Amino acid sequence: MQTKTQQVNKYYLKTKRMFLGMQGTDGLLYKLLIYGLLVGIGFVYLYPLLYMGVYSFKSLDDLLNPLVNWIPTQFYTGNYEQANKVLNFFSTLMETLYVTVLPALAQTAVAAVVGYGLARFEFRGKKIMFVLVLATFIIPPQVTLIPRYIFFNELNILGSLSAFLLPATFGQGLNSAIFILIFYQFFRAVPKALEEAAQLDGAGHFRIFFTIALPMALPAIIISFLFSFVWYWNETYLAAIYFGDALTTLPLQLQKFVATYQQMFPAEMGVSGGNQLNEGIKMAGTVLSILPLLIVYFITQRWFVEGVDRSGITGE
Amino acid sequence: MKRLGNNRNLTGLLFVSPWIIGFLVFTAFPLLYSLFLSFQEVKITTDGIKTNFVSFGNYEYAFSVDGTFVDRVLKYLEEMVISVPIIIVFSLIIALLLNQRIKFRGLFRTIFFLPVIIASGPVIKELIDQGITTIPSIEQYAIYQALNDNPDGFFNGILLYLIKNLIVILWYSGVQILIFLAALQKMDKQIFEAAKIDGASNWEFFWKITLPSLKPMIIVNLIYTIVTYSVFSLNPIIEHIQKNMFKVDTGYGYASALSWIYFLIIAAALAIAVGVMTVKRKKKYT
Repeated sequence: MQTKTQQVNKYYLKTKRMFLGMQGTDGLLYKLLIYGLLVGIGFVYLYPLLYMGVYSFKSLDDLLNPLVNWIPTQFYTGNYEQANKVLNFFSTLMETLYVTVLPALAQTAVAAVVGYGLARFEFRGKKIMFVLVLATFIIPPQVTLIPRYIFFNELNILGSLSAFLLPATFGQGLNSAIFILIFYQFFRAVPKALEEAAQLDGAGHFRIFFTIALPMALPAIIISFLFSFVWYWNETYLAAIYFGDALTTLPLQLQKFVATYQQMFPAEMGVSGGNQLNEGIKMAGTVLSILPLLIVYFITQRWFVEGVDRSGITGE
Repeated sequence: MKRLGNNRNLTGLLFVSPWIIGFLVFTAFPLLYSLFLSFQEVKITTDGIKTNFVSFGNYEYAFSVDGTFVDRVLKYLEEMVISVPIIIVFSLIIALLLNQRIKFRGLFRTIFFLPVIIASGPVIKELIDQGITTIPSIEQYAIYQALNDNPDGFFNGILLYLIKNLIVILWYSGVQILIFLAALQKMDKQIFEAAKIDGASNWEFFWKITLPSLKPMIIVNLIYTIVTYSVFSLNPIIEHIQKNMFKVDTGYGYASALSWIYFLIIAAALAIAVGVMTVKRKKKYT
């Protein structure tokens, strides 16, 4: 009798341990909860992408057929052909790269220089400057937009890349404050010993910066460039105002997708819906406009997600 | 020795000089100029810009005549009060989940960070238009219909807003997850072990150690969330400012006044949010 209750007890403990775990973090139930949450939330994030992907391959018949939901009946690429024409994909892509890569490079370079200056040198007014750097992050771009617009108009650089490049080169680009902070944190965390040794050997500050500090800062450089690139890519508000019709980007083209489409394919009388803009074409356009970013992201995602810890974005 | 110190002083200034020049030319001056414009009536003529001092006329107009602006500001504030805490709590939960010892961590991180990459205004707008940003087939449930029948009640309004915009709200939280995650990974493992030995449960550990030590990061995220939420290009207030900028009868002067009002509102929201966080902290420790 005694042994039997002991045995029951043992089994009870064993199953309890299996489900709830020894410490509360390794039980089966706990794991199930965590994975359940992760998968569920992950689905919420992926759902729009899946939807876009599926709908962009649906032909008109599939779109109208209520039975066809997640799997199109045929692999239909007509939507992409039309979206490609409307977006004028390759030339727009080149233009987009032109107006995003160059400002991103300029911004990263300046942020590195300024961040180094803040991290390594003491000068009068440094504290004030620090507060001002942070303040530039809070100022909404709308406040400085109109004077900048008038100013650029007088310089005659509206509608050219300079409207983006010039502020970026002087550390006033999109979210410049964040990049300066990233480099500041990074250089502060790096020991000074190497630089001091070089200084004893007679190297000047600028030589030290270019030959020692900058090569060390590679993780910070990569992450700053990537973020800067993505933010410039997704910037449509300023781009629309500064560039007007002179330059365009994929997101801007997507913004006026419907209007361009109707211009290119005027609805013909008598042809019942054959030329009409439908969900599938729109989704194909959306997919096309984010595809380059997705590719960049999947190649560099290691830097995006891990670089943040490494470059010490959080600081102390 | 003193010479050397001066030298370093100068070199430091030289390093940061691009920023100082840029700040003066592209931020400080435009800021003051737009403040100046906000008190003027601006006319664009062929010989340049003509201004005419109207004192607080633009500001009065914004609050008394321009009903859309006040409406949109109120709606923006209401939505922000709902969304920001959700974004913060949600990103904290995700960060905690991702900080566990789990399989496919890299994959999950990649997925959760995706919105940062693709969430530009036009893409989100396209998604909203297609109705992908609501919970799938929510319309069929009784609770939605019950809410939809009387959308005037306070809580009903909040719930409806949440249901309709849940995915968009969650999509705002990519960078915040990263910041929390980085902070969590920096936490000293020894504290956890010490607390374990003293018999603290995971639950207690989270509330008494993890959360207080994350407080600075919560403030950082709060600021980041409010700022990005406010300057996102789909924000109706921003649209309104832009519309007024190119309108003939209102123009640059009025748009400047609007953007300054908006700036002050954002600053006030930030001050209140940070204030609330720090007051709470003081109470806890004294």
